[in-house]
Amino acid sequence: MWDAVVIGAGVTGSAVARYLSRYRAKVLVVEKSEDVCTGTSKANSAIVHAGYDAKNGSLMAKYNLEGSLMMEDLSKELDFPYDRCGSLVVCLSEADRPTLEKLYENGVKNGVKGLEIVERDRLVEMEPNISDDAVAALYAPTGAIICPFLFTIALAENAAENGVEFRFDTEVKSIGRTGDGVFKLVTDKGEILTKTVVNAAGVYADFFHNMMCEKKIRITPRKGEYLLLDHEAEGFVRHTIFQLPGKFGKGVLVSPTVHKNVIVGPTANDIDDREGTNTTASGLAEVMEKSARALKNVPVRKTITSFAGLRAHEDGHEFIVEESKENPGFFDAAGIESPGLSSAPAIGKAVAEMVKARLKLEEDPSFKATRKGIVHAAELSIEERNELIKKNPAYGQIICRCENVSEGEIIDAIRRPLGAKSLDGVKRRVRAGMGRCQAGFCSPRVMEILARELGKDQSEVTKSGGESRIIVGEIKDKW
Amino acid sequence: MEQYNVVIIGGGPAGLAAAKAAYDEGERSILILERDSLLGGILNQCIHNGFGLHTFKEELTGPEYAKRFEDEVRARGIECRLNTMVMDLSSDKTVTAMNRTDGMFQIRAKAVVLAMGCRERSRGALNIPGYRPAGIYSAGTAQRLVNIEGYMPGRKVVILGSGDIGLIMARRMTLEGAEVQVVAELMPYSGGLKRNIVQCLDDYGIPLKLSHTVVDIEGKERVTGVTIAEVDSKNKPIPGTEEHYDCDTLLLSCGLIPENELSRGAGVEISPVTNGPKVNERLETSIPGVFAAGNVLHVHDLVDYVSEEAADAGRNAAAYVREGNAPETENGTAVTFEGGIRYTVPSTVDTEKMKDLMTVRFRVGSVMKDRIVKVYANGEEIFKKKRRIMAPGEMEEVLLRKTELQKFGGLKTLKIKVEEA
Repeated sequence: MWDAVVIGAGVTGSAVARYLSRYRAKVLVVEKSEDVCTGTSKANSAIVHAGYDAKNGSLMAKYNLEGSLMMEDLSKELDFPYDRCGSLVVCLSEADRPTLEKLYENGVKNGVKGLEIVERDRLVEMEPNISDDAVAALYAPTGAIICPFLFTIALAENAAENGVEFRFDTEVKSIGRTGDGVFKLVTDKGEILTKTVVNAAGVYADFFHNMMCEKKIRITPRKGEYLLLDHEAEGFVRHTIFQLPGKFGKGVLVSPTVHKNVIVGPTANDIDDREGTNTTASGLAEVMEKSARALKNVPVRKTITSFAGLRAHEDGHEFIVEESKENPGFFDAAGIESPGLSSAPAIGKAVAEMVKARLKLEEDPSFKATRKGIVHAAELSIEERNELIKKNPAYGQIICRCENVSEGEIIDAIRRPLGAKSLDGVKRRVRAGMGRCQAGFCSPRVMEILARELGKDQSEVTKSGGESRIIVGEIKDKW
Repeated sequence: MEQYNVVIIGGGPAGLAAAKAAYDEGERSILILERDSLLGGILNQCIHNGFGLHTFKEELTGPEYAKRFEDEVRARGIECRLNTMVMDLSSDKTVTAMNRTDGMFQIRAKAVVLAMGCRERSRGALNIPGYRPAGIYSAGTAQRLVNIEGYMPGRKVVILGSGDIGLIMARRMTLEGAEVQVVAELMPYSGGLKRNIVQCLDDYGIPLKLSHTVVDIEGKERVTGVTIAEVDSKNKPIPGTEEHYDCDTLLLSCGLIPENELSRGAGVEISPVTNGPKVNERLETSIPGVFAAGNVLHVHDLVDYVSEEAADAGRNAAAYVREGNAPETENGTAVTFEGGIRYTVPSTVDTEKMKDLMTVRFRVGSVMKDRIVKVYANGEEIFKKKRRIMAPGEMEEVLLRKTELQKFGGLKTLKIKVEEA
């Protein structure tokens, strides 16, 4: 019998697990994919919003601000990249200035510190590539960027190190109650009994909510398409550049990433398919077109990849973070769309505290709040690097030449708790295959390392679990 | 810090030919840095024949061709460090490299030959819409899986792009029992060699659809199908022309990009047309003493020309070490071009410093029939040759004689022009 079962190992579920792991409790996370961070959490803008946008008084506003304030310390505790580069919401027409002022006021009401409206002259100094149409912008110095993969992985790893168990490739089919306040989860890998359930199922959260709650919710996958630009585009923007919704509708953002790329997007299209993460010609064209409004000469020709993510948009456009009234012990973390990534630490903490209150959990004195990430060898000095190579020569062997990732880093990514099991798993942890050749050179090498480390045949190595095998057999000469 | 006179970055065909030629020019302090575990570069996975017709007057496979050069390099006792990745090149020619045994180390070079080759354009750079499942490979990655690792990347294949590697892989996959259904090419002409279209597609009945591209990729885990469509003159898909193919594999052969990350880091000036360094008549980049040759300079069709060009670069690097940095004369004469030429290598010529016979290589931007290539010096025609057909997929060259150019006293203009015959 588990004390708590978290459904979903995205950023929200992993955050809940991490904050629950500070208590004495038996906690399990079940995830239908082969790894953490494979749904909404992996394909988004990678932004920590300052918190001026959400409607004052909403849960979105509350958790966004709290999350934004927690994020920097958390990035040090859990060793994931965070950069408070600041953000600018650019106003492209004098006619839209009242909207800009309203946004400023909303931000102040929400408690966001340091907000100011900057006029064109200063804006041009801050962002030399800003559009000639830009008249002013809302500057939020607390806006930041993070790596959503490493953030989620850090939360999950820390939870695992503190005793939380993770079961991957395990899909929850239904939730029911047995007598005496116990929940029964039916999965494709058998039944699970637990005292409490946390629903952090992203675009599927309404399924589980509606099984347990009278008041139904509806989540619509809202697709966002993105372009990711090469390192050569680094420095094109210094801040996250948003467009103020105005006469052109809602624009797209252009932002630096913590890995020195530039991200451009997203679109927003409601779709039916909850796995519909395909990009479309029209979507990619829209991203290019809209990005050109706030900035001049966006280097979209430097695109190295494009992708789409699905936001878990609930009809009420509000986070649902609460315990069910009909079924105490069932907790929702549903409707977590933007600013969900920014809010994750705050939501995780809040839900963990609700579970704690329900189960009257005690603090676990052995809880370890810190976690060390995979060494990023490319950032070390020559001396530090040589020290590392002397201890383990695998750090001297570059596998991914675009992102300068060594074999040592890849092996660590595979061997550590909740280690990588697929090419994408390796990619999200150490960036092998994330660069400009998009795994052309390194994928055969990474397959070899994965097969060796996991004791598998190369034919069993997958891109991202399931049936995503890279090779289908051997050539004739080998038969 | 270790010192070498000539450091060659890359031990593929360009690096090997450069090393051999530098040695034969009298240079003895030469070091080749190669990131792979063996010399020969991408030739090792090119197990088909057709290499060496120009150089050796016989048809060799890629590994055989590489072996000939490797043997020459080994016979000369030239030092090679394998499994060694060059991490950085600085403008003062300090090379920072790394391997398992030596860790990270630095070398001061008097001259450097850039011979890093090229990489394939990826699906992301092509912005092909659709899902991102397993089963999408660049043709070269598939070639490595099949020819080096012995694995089949798929059974039912669609190929986008008719670059040479894609054509070669169409045949290779067919011979291994895969069904290659179609090769779609965005442009109205193939980017590959004519002989490869005949020998790799026509001979196996594989259709080549020009002016077609992939407009959708299906399959959430593994590719299950792709949709191709015809494109208009602006390369935009024409609605209503979509054709669906069930397949488990999409191979991409949509162009090669010189790998100049190190060159850029050092501050070498890069041509936006070739994506390779701008070089003078000695194949020297904008940094004196840094030379470039092979696919890092501009993408070649035939390895024979890579070897030839790289040998020049190697000799010039040795001469640079011997003679030191010659006092800067004028910058040389810019090579201009007209009539559909996209670029020339070199882009400037100094008649004092050029060798007696110099090859200027170039490519045209579209298929042209019945043309004459003419060279004009100071406006006067000094060379011409007839070309029945010229295509973007086939590199062109003209030979320039030093004596001929020096006749003019001072060479003010040098123009290569493609004219109608």
